[in-house]
Amino acid sequence: MNNIAIGTGGSILYAPGTSDAEIEAAAVAAAIRHNRLVIIWRLTILALLLGTWEVFARTGIIDSFFYSYPSAIAARLYELITEGTDEASLWYHLYITMEEALIGFLFGSVFGVLFGVALGRNKMASDVLSVYIKVLNAIPRVVLAPIFILLFGFGLWSKVALSFVMVFFVVFSNAFQGVREADRAMIANAQILGASKWALTRDVIIPSAMSWIFASLHISFGFAIVGAIVGEFIGSRYGIGFIIQTARGVHDTAEMYAAIVIIVIVVLGAEWIMTRIEERLARWRPPALNDSNG
Amino acid sequence: MSAASFHDASPAIELINVNRRFLSPDGKSFATLNEFNLSVARGEFVALVGPTGCGKSTTLNLITGLGKPSSGEVRVMGQAVNGIDPRIGFVFQADALFPWRTVIDNVVAGPLFRGRSKTDAYAAGRDWLKRVGLGKFEHHFPHQLSGGMRKRVALAQTFINGPEILLMDEPFSALDAQTRVLMHEELLNLWSTTKAAVVFVTHDLEEAIALADKVYVLTARPATVKAIHTIDIPRPRILADIRYQSHFIEISKRIWQDLREEVQFGADATEAA
Repeated sequence: MNNIAIGTGGSILYAPGTSDAEIEAAAVAAAIRHNRLVIIWRLTILALLLGTWEVFARTGIIDSFFYSYPSAIAARLYELITEGTDEASLWYHLYITMEEALIGFLFGSVFGVLFGVALGRNKMASDVLSVYIKVLNAIPRVVLAPIFILLFGFGLWSKVALSFVMVFFVVFSNAFQGVREADRAMIANAQILGASKWALTRDVIIPSAMSWIFASLHISFGFAIVGAIVGEFIGSRYGIGFIIQTARGVHDTAEMYAAIVIIVIVVLGAEWIMTRIEERLARWRPPALNDSNG
Repeated sequence: MSAASFHDASPAIELINVNRRFLSPDGKSFATLNEFNLSVARGEFVALVGPTGCGKSTTLNLITGLGKPSSGEVRVMGQAVNGIDPRIGFVFQADALFPWRTVIDNVVAGPLFRGRSKTDAYAAGRDWLKRVGLGKFEHHFPHQLSGGMRKRVALAQTFINGPEILLMDEPFSALDAQTRVLMHEELLNLWSTTKAAVVFVTHDLEEAIALADKVYVLTARPATVKAIHTIDIPRPRILADIRYQSHFIEISKRIWQDLREEVQFGADATEAA
């Protein structure tokens, strides 16, 4: 339905006597043309970028040692997928990184929501603890990576811990803000309708903070991956970060870029899944005015 | 019930010499209500009119127990207000429906919060939706309805709890004129079956006269009662043409004399501030 609206935004003048069916058919056709044009342009730009890169690298305008070139990266990507690295298959590396990121993401977001809602509902606690949260939040998360490696070793848990702290503060501050922004009239309404304190939190505060929380989940999944990969840079035996780190050791830039491509695909996939879940949960919201269909 | 029957003759709502002071953000204290007196009998419909921002909504907050008086006494059904009284229903100016709940889930919120069984609550909810003419919309979300329909849902959400006291804070001010008259009729219909005591806050004088038994005119801030006008238009009232009757116009002129000075005074004070 949205597509039709996008295609017919202008004020098209129809000849007198044009039937509704004809106008609708014209609108559908216009929408299809529009979408096709968008896709064509996207592909053109991609081809131009990759083509320029390839040509520049091959002709020596940019140094292919540092920048590699698309065809080499594609070949390396194919090798990674089919043969893996000396240590393990690509899928095992990916599994390790995803395991670290997902566990960190899960715990980080659950605790972030719990603490955000609890402090958002309790002014005394939030006034007392806010100073500590500010201090903790001021620590650049990655400086904790070496400490976590010392504490939890080279395995899973040091990366989980890093992903956790990356995710926790983002989700926490959004959940907190969402609780604070909950509509006053709506809260008063629930109270007068007879909601207990707990019912108020469960049925009014948390649902109204949900759009804030979801916004933070979108960003923080990327952060969870950052946490896992930085952890792997510092010390690990498997993982996408490990692939990049070893490739750097042997100056295999194509492999570094190939690993980046893999991570980009994973994050985009996760983003897509999260958007679908959000759409499911947010059926109550009025549809967005211009929905991108990419 | 034995304790309540002792108070049976007492008014539904009483505010006795109530003062209410607020702290402004820079720490200064200022008065919104000054020696305020109000008495609403059971089943009586009272409208409060006054200049914008004079403290009309504050009185409603004191009655619900969401706000407390700085001094004076607020009584509901003869007893001092202590927390939110379950006999009170409140219709807000803003859209206070839960947007993530369907229409029917909004209407049954009160009964479920109050511990009624699900089957019971939903049966009552469907019944109330039919009464406000929204039987076919139970599975819609609020954003899919018009402003008038949302107000009907809000009315059903409030009336389903069988309130003995109904507080309304400019409930229809966001609606267009035609829809507002329809909502007035709807409200008087629902009210006539329940006979709750009503306090209706508005800045629309015609609305106040059309609906109420008594109209309180409040002064500019700090609000106090300037005059009480009894509206002797018989019920049931035909709202569609009531405002063109000479008696209505007469009353309206009389009350406007009181109100005009306060509105002027309030506007001057706001401009000076």
